[in-house]
Amino acid sequence: MGENQEKNEPIILCKDVHKWFDDFHALRGISMEVQLREVVVIFGPSGSGKSTFIRTLNRLEEHQRGQIIVDGIELSHDVRNIERIRMETGMVFQQFNLFPHLSVLQNITLAPIWVRKWTKDQAEEVAMQLLERVGIPEQARKFPGQLSGGQQQRVAIARALAMQPKIMLFDEPTSALDPEMIKEVLDVMIELARSGMTMLVVTHEMGFARGVADRMYFFDEGLIVESGSPDDIFNNPREDRTKLFLSQILHH
Amino acid sequence: MSDASEILAPPSPPGFYEWLRKNLFSNWFNALLTIFSLVFLYLALVNVIRWMFFTADWRPVTGSPLLFLIGQYPRDQLWRPGLSLLICALLIGMSWGVWERYVKAFAIFLGILLGVLALIPLETPTITLVVRAVFLVCPFLIFGGFWVGRRSGVQGRHVTTLWLIAAIFILLVLLPGLSSIPALPVVPTTAWGGLLVTLLLAIGGIVLSFPIGVLLALGRRSSLPVVKLFSILFIEVVRGVPLVTILFMFSIILTLFMPAESRIDRILRALMAMVFFSAAYTAENVRGGLQAIPEGQVEAAKALGLSGLQITSFIVLPQALRLVIPNIVGQFISLFKDTTLVIIVGINDLLGIGNAVLNLQPDFVRLQMEVYLFITAIFWVFSYFMSYASLELEKALGVGER
Repeated sequence: MGENQEKNEPIILCKDVHKWFDDFHALRGISMEVQLREVVVIFGPSGSGKSTFIRTLNRLEEHQRGQIIVDGIELSHDVRNIERIRMETGMVFQQFNLFPHLSVLQNITLAPIWVRKWTKDQAEEVAMQLLERVGIPEQARKFPGQLSGGQQQRVAIARALAMQPKIMLFDEPTSALDPEMIKEVLDVMIELARSGMTMLVVTHEMGFARGVADRMYFFDEGLIVESGSPDDIFNNPREDRTKLFLSQILHH
Repeated sequence: MSDASEILAPPSPPGFYEWLRKNLFSNWFNALLTIFSLVFLYLALVNVIRWMFFTADWRPVTGSPLLFLIGQYPRDQLWRPGLSLLICALLIGMSWGVWERYVKAFAIFLGILLGVLALIPLETPTITLVVRAVFLVCPFLIFGGFWVGRRSGVQGRHVTTLWLIAAIFILLVLLPGLSSIPALPVVPTTAWGGLLVTLLLAIGGIVLSFPIGVLLALGRRSSLPVVKLFSILFIEVVRGVPLVTILFMFSIILTLFMPAESRIDRILRALMAMVFFSAAYTAENVRGGLQAIPEGQVEAAKALGLSGLQITSFIVLPQALRLVIPNIVGQFISLFKDTTLVIIVGINDLLGIGNAVLNLQPDFVRLQMEVYLFITAIFWVFSYFMSYASLELEKALGVGER
């Protein structure tokens, strides 16, 4: 991947996306194209709008100006479009957001059963395959509260994958984890990236970005300050703000 | 120095004397307090027991036990409440079999109580041999029901359905009777009374107000302005008015505005008032639980593509209701006790019967203590088993949570 992107229709197309929280201008015109099978890393200081941006892609936040087209469907007030886009995009959150009253297996099978209308057996079979893939099949009958943070986040990834999405959105997936658990989650994400999943990842894990990202975007104050391949960003960043930020997070 | 890998056994629990010394006789002042309390307890207990068995005159209670149970229900139609009791005993047994520990204590208690009632040597003509036989059959029905409920094929929803069918049959057919069936002459609800009415109002109030309350709580958070406004208005108006007022409104004012032929039964009117009142409080309790659910739960469910209705019923409500079980049960217990207020609209519930019995004979008037203690005991037993079941439910639902 990397340099030789096919000039296809992009799977995500954003044009001049704006978002306000009351008077605060959180997104000030974001334009981005993401190709199928591309891995995109978004980074930047806190409050730069990176989380807000990926949350607009599945309408957890509503954008007020501009255009977002996901897999050929335009995000608008049409509820059916929103539901279709949410079926095609999985999301992993900083705080895992597993459902504490459901077992691991029920967490994963809930949406396939009720949204995709699979049978229970079918959904559980897929769920067990996914738990195998993220490395914790033995935890299927447990409840989220009985798992470590790293295990919970891997369940959250399996839960998102169970809907067989075309795109995976990660909103700071390792920020709430203890240091020794970050690797187990990143390993799952790396495996997922190598398998060809289209991924948008908000993260400060620069090792992950260097390893698997096709493209990186540096956000600051609601704008894309700089974008490029990991090679460009790490080895010769053009903007001073990028340089400053990278020096802060790489040498602390 | 102890080795890090060495596993130390926890300290052994103190023996009985050790415990006594530590907790009751740790110094001379505590020892004095202990002895003083024991003497006080002994004296109190002796006096209470002496009063209960020798001084107290229980004639108002023992003289007309059926009055306390069913009020003025015609004595020649006794088989109808009797059959209702048998059906309920069987279903309580089945509930015990299916839901195990929530109902277990109550089922066993009820079985023993009815068995004792059947065999107790009371010299009252109203308790005929047939009545005793019905009471005596109940414990066996409870255990029979338990045996059936334990079988693997029987599930909670089957028993719930049976309860529903039984409730409809008993309350709409068996007890009130139908004019079209000669074997079941109509018994007007003015003749109903006692524990029958108390339980009818309490259980009916709880079962009907709960879903309405949940809907109101959801409505109050709705994004539809009309639904939201209606819910807020309903909740705030009902909560701002005493239950007595609502009871009066339903039993007197409502009838003034309704055409004479569409008269609603007066117990039903009282029940509607209880449901209104309780629903508003349930709504506020449930709302508290809804607010405690983190926004991330809803976002995760949305991101998975679940619809609004699915998110509410699979994600938000189950967690919210679990959080507010103690509040809801507390509220149900106070609803149960509030049923005594129907006495002011002329319905003879348990307390109403108690008052009526006191006026039965001139020498009963001084026996208020006995009658009210008896009624207190009945209320306490039911309330206790309700909070017992809720504690068990909390324990069971706490499994695997955070």
